[in-house]
Amino acid sequence: MITNVLDYLYNTALVKPDKKAFIMGEDEYTFKEFKNSVQRIGASLADKGYSKEPVIIYMDKHPRELIAFFGTVAAGCFYVPIDSEMPSARIDLILESSESRVIISDKENLQKAQELTNFKGEVLLFDDLDANELTANDLDNLNTIKRNSIDTDPIYIVFTSGTTGVPKGITACHRSVIDYAESFSEELGLGEESIFANQAPLYFDAYIKDVYPTIMFGATTYMVPKQLFMFPVKLVEFLNDHKVNTLCWAVSALTIISAFKTFNTIKPEYVKKIAFVGEVFPTKQFKIWQAALPECEFTNLYGPTETTGVCCYYHVDKIIEDGDIIPIGRPFKNTGIILLKDDNTEASLNEEGEICVRGTCVTLGYFNNPSKTSENFISNPLNKNYNEIIYRTGDLARKGEDGNLIFVSRKDFQIKHMGQRIELGEIEANVDLVDGIDSCCCVYNQEKDKIVLFYVGSIEVKELSALLRTKLQPYMLPNSYKKLDSMPLTPNGKKDRNRLKTMW
Amino acid sequence: MDAIKDTLLNMLSDLHPDVDFESETNLIDNKILDSFDIVSLIADINDELDVAITADKIVPENFNSLEALTKLVFELSDED
Repeated sequence: MITNVLDYLYNTALVKPDKKAFIMGEDEYTFKEFKNSVQRIGASLADKGYSKEPVIIYMDKHPRELIAFFGTVAAGCFYVPIDSEMPSARIDLILESSESRVIISDKENLQKAQELTNFKGEVLLFDDLDANELTANDLDNLNTIKRNSIDTDPIYIVFTSGTTGVPKGITACHRSVIDYAESFSEELGLGEESIFANQAPLYFDAYIKDVYPTIMFGATTYMVPKQLFMFPVKLVEFLNDHKVNTLCWAVSALTIISAFKTFNTIKPEYVKKIAFVGEVFPTKQFKIWQAALPECEFTNLYGPTETTGVCCYYHVDKIIEDGDIIPIGRPFKNTGIILLKDDNTEASLNEEGEICVRGTCVTLGYFNNPSKTSENFISNPLNKNYNEIIYRTGDLARKGEDGNLIFVSRKDFQIKHMGQRIELGEIEANVDLVDGIDSCCCVYNQEKDKIVLFYVGSIEVKELSALLRTKLQPYMLPNSYKKLDSMPLTPNGKKDRNRLKTMW
Repeated sequence: MDAIKDTLLNMLSDLHPDVDFESETNLIDNKILDSFDIVSLIADINDELDVAITADKIVPENFNSLEALTKLVFELSDED
């Protein structure tokens, strides 16, 4: 029985030691090299006394960062990846919330990590940890750590946007990730012949879809340099050069290719499976993909990070026409979905309800945040007999006659923008902190996929925009700024969002 | 061509009000424009200037400066 994600890696490194596992640019790692490096990192961390605690990974995207992830797990700890381009104010919040004592960094980010003034712990350089020769004693030690771990121990924390401006640390255990990797791979038909092009950043959970099947089956993952996503022809050339056959990508990354009529110049020649995630695929763009790659299997994925990546899938089994909606489909094997109405009863056919998720994929909750956890991870109101925790997603859906779920909308002001989940409230909370801001309101222009910030205050747009760049993640930055003389209000004194929507 | 340049400058300034686009000549290499910006720009150019930038023209050289982008849009609008 697999109870630790390292079982996948260690087994594959035995069976296919010399196969290429992860490649980025000139840097290649075989499974054996990858595993040895993972063990060196694990042994070094354990040797320094870290155990069963969060380890911040502050590195650029590279196979080394994955080695740091698994090395952390080998030491019996859990990894907390942060975006190396994240402003330091946000990093401080994550450090505070995770209470981590240690950061692993690379040469590129070492100085930034050392300059985090609020961090009192130790900053370790990846290369130093990786330099130690493994001894028999080290291997014994790692075996003992692994033998003593159980599958409900945490493996990672992913921080996402929170309404109050404080990021929430979603904590997942081995068992959830194993369940996800197994059911996802089975449904998509992944295997050792899969060749992935990894698009997803490593500081969320979307990378699980290519990275974990790679170590499970001994497949191969090419990590796509971020800059290529600006230049669609070069991007497709990259896929063809490496004979990539499987894409698990955000919709926004796929539409970059289709929106620019790239297929008139070049087509992906080897891609046989495309799984897309993050937001609704615009029909117009999807049709372009379907026409360009008629033999390719397309799968729509849906799911929040709180349920370990994705929980529903829909294999697109027909030609999509204008006006069609691609369903989010059905839950993966070993996952249950219930649609709850506001009165906590189950929605009937074609009736809207909140998507609630049951099963092993439901994560452990928010790190160091019991109150937020108990708000969203609740006891199933339909089950009066024993304690069954379900996750309320805040997404509305309805079930059609064919049994497929159709996504309707978000319940609150959480939006999907550029494939990322964003609380408009978090942007507002940060803007409100700026000197010279009297009042602000963020409105999402769904039609144009733009975040518009309205504000009242003495600060100029230029100054505000430069300042926010140091506080917010790039994808959370408003796309447009409107300075107002006064904030429109509703009769009962709330900011009038509907009125603002007529003002952009 | 000046009209095109002004329109493009407005679009760019809307995306990054804090950048001096008249003097910056390494917008891509200095990571000032990211992929979101490029997508947004190309959509706006299509909407406002009625110029479709095709994939083969979306290369770093054409987006590194206001000058280069103006030249590209001017040439493409001339073809119509």
